[in-house]
Amino acid sequence: MRAEAVRRWPEMIVEAFIRAAGYSAVLFVGLILFFLLREGLPAFAEVPFDALFGTRWYPIEGYYGLLPLVGGTLVVTIGAMLIAMPFGLGTAIFIAEIAPRWARELLKPLVEVLAGLPSVVLGFLGMVAMAPLVRTVLDVPTGLSALSGSILLAGMAIPTLVSVAEDALDAVPNSYRDAALALGATRWQTIWRVTVPAARTGVLTAVMLGVGRAIGETMTVMMVTGNAARMPLGLAAFFRPVRTMTATIAAEMGEVANGSEHYHVLFTVGLVLFIFSFIVNLAAGAVVFQQRKRAERLLS
Amino acid sequence: MNTPPKLRVEHLSVQYSDGTESLRDVSLDIPPNQITVLFGPAGGGKSTLLRMLNRLNDLVPDVRVSGKIYLDGEDITRPKLNVVALRRRVGIVFAQPVALPMTIRQNLTYGLELAGQRHAGRLAEAIERSLRQAALWDEVHDRLDEPAAALSGGQQQRLCLARVLALEPEVVLLDEPTSGLDPVSTAKVEASLQEIKQNYTIVIVPHSVQQAGRIADLAAFFLQGELVEAGPGRDLFVAPRDQRTEDYVTGRFG
Amino acid sequence: MPPRERTQHLIFAALTLAAVLTVAPIVLVVGYIAWLGLPAIRWEFLSAMPREGMRAGGIWPAIVGTLYLTLGTAVVAVPLGVAAAVYLSEYAPDNAFTRAIRLAIINLAGIPSVVYGLFGLGLFVLFLRLSTSIAAGSLTLAIMTLPVIISTSEVALRAVPQSFRLVSFSLGGTRWQTIWRVVLPQALPGILTGVILGLERAAGETAPILFTAAAFFLPRLPDSALDPTMALPYHLFVISTQVPGMPIHLQYGTALVLLVFVLSMNLLATVIRSRARARRQW
Repeated sequence: MRAEAVRRWPEMIVEAFIRAAGYSAVLFVGLILFFLLREGLPAFAEVPFDALFGTRWYPIEGYYGLLPLVGGTLVVTIGAMLIAMPFGLGTAIFIAEIAPRWARELLKPLVEVLAGLPSVVLGFLGMVAMAPLVRTVLDVPTGLSALSGSILLAGMAIPTLVSVAEDALDAVPNSYRDAALALGATRWQTIWRVTVPAARTGVLTAVMLGVGRAIGETMTVMMVTGNAARMPLGLAAFFRPVRTMTATIAAEMGEVANGSEHYHVLFTVGLVLFIFSFIVNLAAGAVVFQQRKRAERLLS
Repeated sequence: MNTPPKLRVEHLSVQYSDGTESLRDVSLDIPPNQITVLFGPAGGGKSTLLRMLNRLNDLVPDVRVSGKIYLDGEDITRPKLNVVALRRRVGIVFAQPVALPMTIRQNLTYGLELAGQRHAGRLAEAIERSLRQAALWDEVHDRLDEPAAALSGGQQQRLCLARVLALEPEVVLLDEPTSGLDPVSTAKVEASLQEIKQNYTIVIVPHSVQQAGRIADLAAFFLQGELVEAGPGRDLFVAPRDQRTEDYVTGRFG
Repeated sequence: MPPRERTQHLIFAALTLAAVLTVAPIVLVVGYIAWLGLPAIRWEFLSAMPREGMRAGGIWPAIVGTLYLTLGTAVVAVPLGVAAAVYLSEYAPDNAFTRAIRLAIINLAGIPSVVYGLFGLGLFVLFLRLSTSIAAGSLTLAIMTLPVIISTSEVALRAVPQSFRLVSFSLGGTRWQTIWRVVLPQALPGILTGVILGLERAAGETAPILFTAAAFFLPRLPDSALDPTMALPYHLFVISTQVPGMPIHLQYGTALVLLVFVLSMNLLATVIRSRARARRQW
């Protein structure tokens, strides 16, 4: 019995570590929020509240209007999703439902390669190779624009979109497909009327996570969008330079004095980004949890 | 019948969190060095009782238990019990043979090593003894370092029995151990049970009434969570006291 | 051909095209960088310090820096992430707090990398006074990598059949013995795959190290974990945007080295996964 007690001591330590590690995720989210608030909240004391909602971002002269940055992020993200959704979901459906085995085995690792491409490499290529192309093809003054950013961001969102959506399609029981086919539906009718609707929550999660990826991407957009902090208005905005929230932080944080007004406002921008991603992921997560609950109900 | 029971179950009731009652006020004495058979139709609470005897039900969340179980007079339902030590004294073989993803040898020494036994000679001794008891020695003694998953289903189930016996437990519980086996393997398992009962107390849920009749020293008939009757095997199958037992034994339901 | 079959043919063709158009650029990007970057790859480029304002010489300190940062990330994130996954898969009760943990992990996964950079600056660089250093950068990258490691490891742990655990418990195994001797070894290939994919992401990241670890140019290698460091992704950013007159082939060369670094990790993960699948006994 005594040997038993001795031997269990190391176990108790290991288990305490495991427990602490399990709780740590909550701690880290809390810490991140805390430090964003700690460094970002002073901005609200230093800059008049309505000035933060201004349409000019020009820190050197004390203009800290966040709207052009939020607008820039929205424009680039919307553009990215418009491109990524047809390609990403199309690829997911192709891989899950249509592709022969060899094509699957080829496509999945390639999509994973795309997920692994460092954003700075994509940004670099976008700058030196794609932007000039966009400029000549569209005959616009500069290729460093929201459009270029959207194209590359679409590339970064697609792997998330494909893998999550494909998982969801894969999870649809084969009996559904067999039933539809037995009733005389074509394969496409089966996919469109049965499989995709059955997987819709997962597909929705995929889209939300893709949006999250696009909002948060930094290096790529900083290198190809031209970084002009202007209010993006109208469709023409796609073809002009824009500046996103992420790029602003990355570009300016290195040059501000710690504790300055500008420094605090950049943390506020980070706080806005945190809230955006929190909402997007909460939405995606809510879908996941709902699904799980339903599954539990079915099982019991 | 003056020997004290190895296991004594007193007024045991078990209720799962979803409200289903698995056992209702069951009292039963299980004698040492005999084969006690718990039988009856599915859902009667036999497996629950089995898993109460070595506290594997602890792994199911929110089980309500009342009543007591004594092993050699010691209450094993109390919350502070060292369940790890209990499970070394009371081993179990499941319906589906599960070979751990290791070699045959490692499967057999797994429990002993967890208990701190490192002595190579003792381990080798335990391997041979347990394999012989489970009637598997002749088939595997020259390939102990092959993966256990390569054995046939019948061999795997005997390996599972040997793995329990290697720990030299006092009680061996078997939950339909032959349900997936061919008749030859089944006969081998049954024969080794007769062989080892001198040294162990055996509690088994058989997979058929026929098996129950073949091997029971003591038989207990369970129906919907209740112990209908218990008695020596030769009496209970020939002249059941309760009508329900007779109906089941003679094949009128079940 | 009946009309609905024609529709199907058209749509299948469109979907195939979508897939091809999705993956073709990937091959193109990798091939293009390899083609233009290879001429820059010489022994000196890989092993020498940069010279002449980085317009000549090599990228050795950037390679070393990325190795240090990746290693530092692994040292922190792997034990913490795997332990958290073990907690979620083997210990966590099904209650509101566990759901909060899961929600936190989903949110950690979604926080923009540049926000991690801000957080690292606030906590590690300024508050804990680690200054701009390998330690601060690694810690920041580690927290960013954590959700990837946790979720892939948890999937690997949950894939281990429940019956193995039951058998181990029934033979007198404690919970930890069961995890250590049965569950973890079986889940190891899956965990390793997830760890490598997580570290791959960390190795390629720029934004989180911008304000926490990265140095524009250093004349020598870092001496300790409290020194700042150069790093491949940041170096590529610097030489492609901040250094006028930078020879383009050196830019492509740097991009290629980074790509090879990252993609070889990707390949390693793929190999481990497929070999484990072939060997699995369950």
